[in-house]
Amino acid sequence: MPGSWVVVLASFAYLGVLFAIAWVADRRADQGRSLIANPTIYALSLAVYCTTWTFYGSVGRAAVTGIGFLPIYLGPTLMMALGWFVIHKIVRVAKANRITSIADFVASRYGKSQLLGGLVTVIAVVGVIPYIALQLKAVSNSFTILAAAPEIVMPARAAAVPLLQDSALYVAMIMAAFTILFGTRHLDATERHEGMVAAIAFESVVKLVAFLAVGLYVSYGLFDGIGDIFARARALPQLEKLLTASDTAAGYGSWAALTFLSLLSVLLLPRQFQIAVVENVNEAHLKRAIWLFPLYLFLINLFVLPIALGGLLHFGMAGGVDADTFVLTLPLANQSEGLALLAYIGGLSAATGMVIVETIALSTMVCNDLVMPLLLRRGWFNLAARSDLSGLLLEIRRWAIVVILMLGYAYFRLAGEAYALVSIGLISFAAVAQFAPVVIGGLYWKGGTRSGALAGLGAGFAVWIYTLLLPSFAKSGWLPADFMSAGLFGIELLRPQHLFGLTGLDEIGHCLLWSLLANIGAYIGVSLTRAPDAREARQASLFVDALRSEETGRWRGRIAVGGTAAQVVELLALAGRFLGPEKAQAAFERYARTRNIALAQLTADPDLVHFAESQLAGAIGSASARVMVASVVEEEPLGLDEVMNILDEASQVRAYSHELELKSQELTRATAELRAANAQLRELDRMKDDFISTVTHELRTPLTSIRAFSEMLQDDPRIDLAERSRFLGIIVGETERLSRLINQILDLAKLESGRAEWTSVAVDLGQVIREACASLSQLYKEKGVALTLEIAEPLPTVMADRDRLMQVMINLLSNAVKFVAPRTGRVKVGASGTASGVRVSVADNGPGIRPEERETIFEKFRQGGQDVLTDKPQGTGLGLPISRQIVEYFGGNLWLEPPREQGDGANFVFTLPLPPGDNAPQQ
Amino acid sequence: MYRSRLTAQRLAAVFLLGCLLFNYPLLALFNKSAAVFGIPVLYAYIFVAWLGFILLVATIIEGRQD
Repeated sequence: MPGSWVVVLASFAYLGVLFAIAWVADRRADQGRSLIANPTIYALSLAVYCTTWTFYGSVGRAAVTGIGFLPIYLGPTLMMALGWFVIHKIVRVAKANRITSIADFVASRYGKSQLLGGLVTVIAVVGVIPYIALQLKAVSNSFTILAAAPEIVMPARAAAVPLLQDSALYVAMIMAAFTILFGTRHLDATERHEGMVAAIAFESVVKLVAFLAVGLYVSYGLFDGIGDIFARARALPQLEKLLTASDTAAGYGSWAALTFLSLLSVLLLPRQFQIAVVENVNEAHLKRAIWLFPLYLFLINLFVLPIALGGLLHFGMAGGVDADTFVLTLPLANQSEGLALLAYIGGLSAATGMVIVETIALSTMVCNDLVMPLLLRRGWFNLAARSDLSGLLLEIRRWAIVVILMLGYAYFRLAGEAYALVSIGLISFAAVAQFAPVVIGGLYWKGGTRSGALAGLGAGFAVWIYTLLLPSFAKSGWLPADFMSAGLFGIELLRPQHLFGLTGLDEIGHCLLWSLLANIGAYIGVSLTRAPDAREARQASLFVDALRSEETGRWRGRIAVGGTAAQVVELLALAGRFLGPEKAQAAFERYARTRNIALAQLTADPDLVHFAESQLAGAIGSASARVMVASVVEEEPLGLDEVMNILDEASQVRAYSHELELKSQELTRATAELRAANAQLRELDRMKDDFISTVTHELRTPLTSIRAFSEMLQDDPRIDLAERSRFLGIIVGETERLSRLINQILDLAKLESGRAEWTSVAVDLGQVIREACASLSQLYKEKGVALTLEIAEPLPTVMADRDRLMQVMINLLSNAVKFVAPRTGRVKVGASGTASGVRVSVADNGPGIRPEERETIFEKFRQGGQDVLTDKPQGTGLGLPISRQIVEYFGGNLWLEPPREQGDGANFVFTLPLPPGDNAPQQ
Repeated sequence: MYRSRLTAQRLAAVFLLGCLLFNYPLLALFNKSAAVFGIPVLYAYIFVAWLGFILLVATIIEGRQD
């Protein structure tokens, strides 16, 4: 018979084995040959989900509800199928952001909020305490039963046992000590505990083997197989109803609610988050866990109903033996102490696994998200002055572990006896389900805000307390019973488990409905009252788009001005205070090595700051790490400057496009100009061709004449002298015309090409006019044309080329005399000063010029009155174009004045401007 | 990438199938006091469906070609 010392010895031996496994795994991890980098180990460690609830409690529940214990395992099975999306994403996010707990996760998601991290921690601790109480109760009960063997003794009510004789207290203390040894020996920036994971995986094997052994023993040792048990059960009406589910809406509703609850819990329980996410070595391990973990659940549940039915058949239904203890009492009652001891060890492993991981996860949360932010904020312990805080961090965690276990024990004393194991566990499940909206919502919805998360969690938690936690106290007699039956303040609508008069649900379903309703409603409703701010939006996209982009969170800030080398030292010192100087030094050296530079060459660029922050995040949580790093490095918030930068970029783009538009307009304009220039060139080309053909034509006319008369002189020697001299006169005249023509063409070419030689002197126009008239007076006399001068002396002096002006005057006067009729012809020359210069006109009483010719006569080789075929051309057709060129060269104009009345002849006018600045006389 | 998305879709479909299999009303179909090979129908159904579900998930996830 195992006396209590044997049980104690076995317990400590088992714990010793666990410790040895953990020690070896830690050693291997330090050597870089990780023991747990294996998908099977990962899947087995996930089975920390199966606690004493599973090991003892499932049988108890099966003894009451038949298959009602199963939803707790079907939910996780379903969740793991979704694990490929959800857990994968959480793992990716957690690794990228160095997230070390579910509180850290939620805080980080909603803008690294310390308040939110604290709230999640409080909910987790309060919510999980009943669950820890459950483990204490199970272990202490199993110890009591085994120690009392061979008698089957049911443990007394805990409250009835004096405190110091209560085995549960000692169980709690031993577990606290063991967990402290296990999880807080040293501080790891990543919060990963390889040794612990290895031990947990080992424990999973132990509890599965133990449970299967008991199951096989009961089914095939005590009975003739499962069929036999079922056959016997069917014979008894009380047991027969356990073989079917209660066929009511409430029954199925409760079934669905429990499935849903456990589906969430397998993800959101702090210890599940710790194992599945934080301790995950490789994302690919998830692949095997997705089916291996459900298979584990399947196996461990195979014999639950047979053991429950076997126990009920064996001990009877009177209730002398608690069904929660059948796993232990069935072997004991049949003198199989060895198997009972194995079952006890299995139960112990289920309990220790849960307690170790849960309290380590909770202590990390309490330390990082509750105590450190408070200490940092309040300035207690003068943290800023302490050089190495890693010891303090470990101390906080150790105390957190002790406090959590003692709270668990307190709950066990207060309320534990009123419930079966499973019911206690479900209270915790309902509490952690409150994380679902903020976690799942945070992963897939970018609109969730910090205040929305706070409101949702707060509301859900409050409803949970009111509808589940307080009633559990009331049932234990710690609160007045009429609180339950009459409601708060005697208001019927506020009855905790029939809130607003809702009936027809069990207490879990009832709590789940109201709490999640309040939670989701507040989360979404409050989130939608405002748009996420810059930091929330950034974190949201980091989380929601985690699987989409590989880019991890970057420290957005710029390093404050000053020596960057000094800041590297400050960052190192900061990390050293929390991680321990040597560890921090080693981490920074590792980081420098990955950059292929020496530690001294590091600069405090955003990458290094991000690295330092993530190192710190491992030790004190992301929210606190941000605050600490910000104390050394001035983070640049997404402030006005950054917004302006973004705006600048936008406006630059707009400016570019505007510029582009202008350019294209310019191009269009230039193209049009080019096209016009091209057209002008073509026109000029055509004009040049015209000019050449005209010139050659003009040259040929006198040549033809000269040649004809010369041939006549040559061919006919008999021509008389008078005729001869007339012919020779014509030849000479034509030759003169020809040379004049050529001179004028040359002159025009010079003028047009700009190669003409100009002199610019002060010219007295009156004198020029008189001289021109004098030189032509003989011509006028011969033709009998009257020439009159009207010069308004003194004319202002103009700057011009005297000879050229003379050329203009002679051209105009000779034109006039050419066209007026002999004898009756009159030519009048007028000159006067005007405000802007000198105006000279040459008017005649000839036939005049038709209006349509008024401009063309200024073109080359056009002569007035050429349509009269009989008229012999009397000039070269170049005089007027040359005159106009000359006048325009000196800034004046030459034009044909329209006739004032019928019978007026041509009236040519030209003006010349005064020299710029004055009308001073000659210099 | 495409295969991975296909796997995800298959798993999502299997999840929905599981929700159907392990809940009312399919569950109610087997909620009878009959027995197969001496095992209650409901009990047998859940465990067979459970195992089938796990095998299906394992086939999908382990059968990936990447």
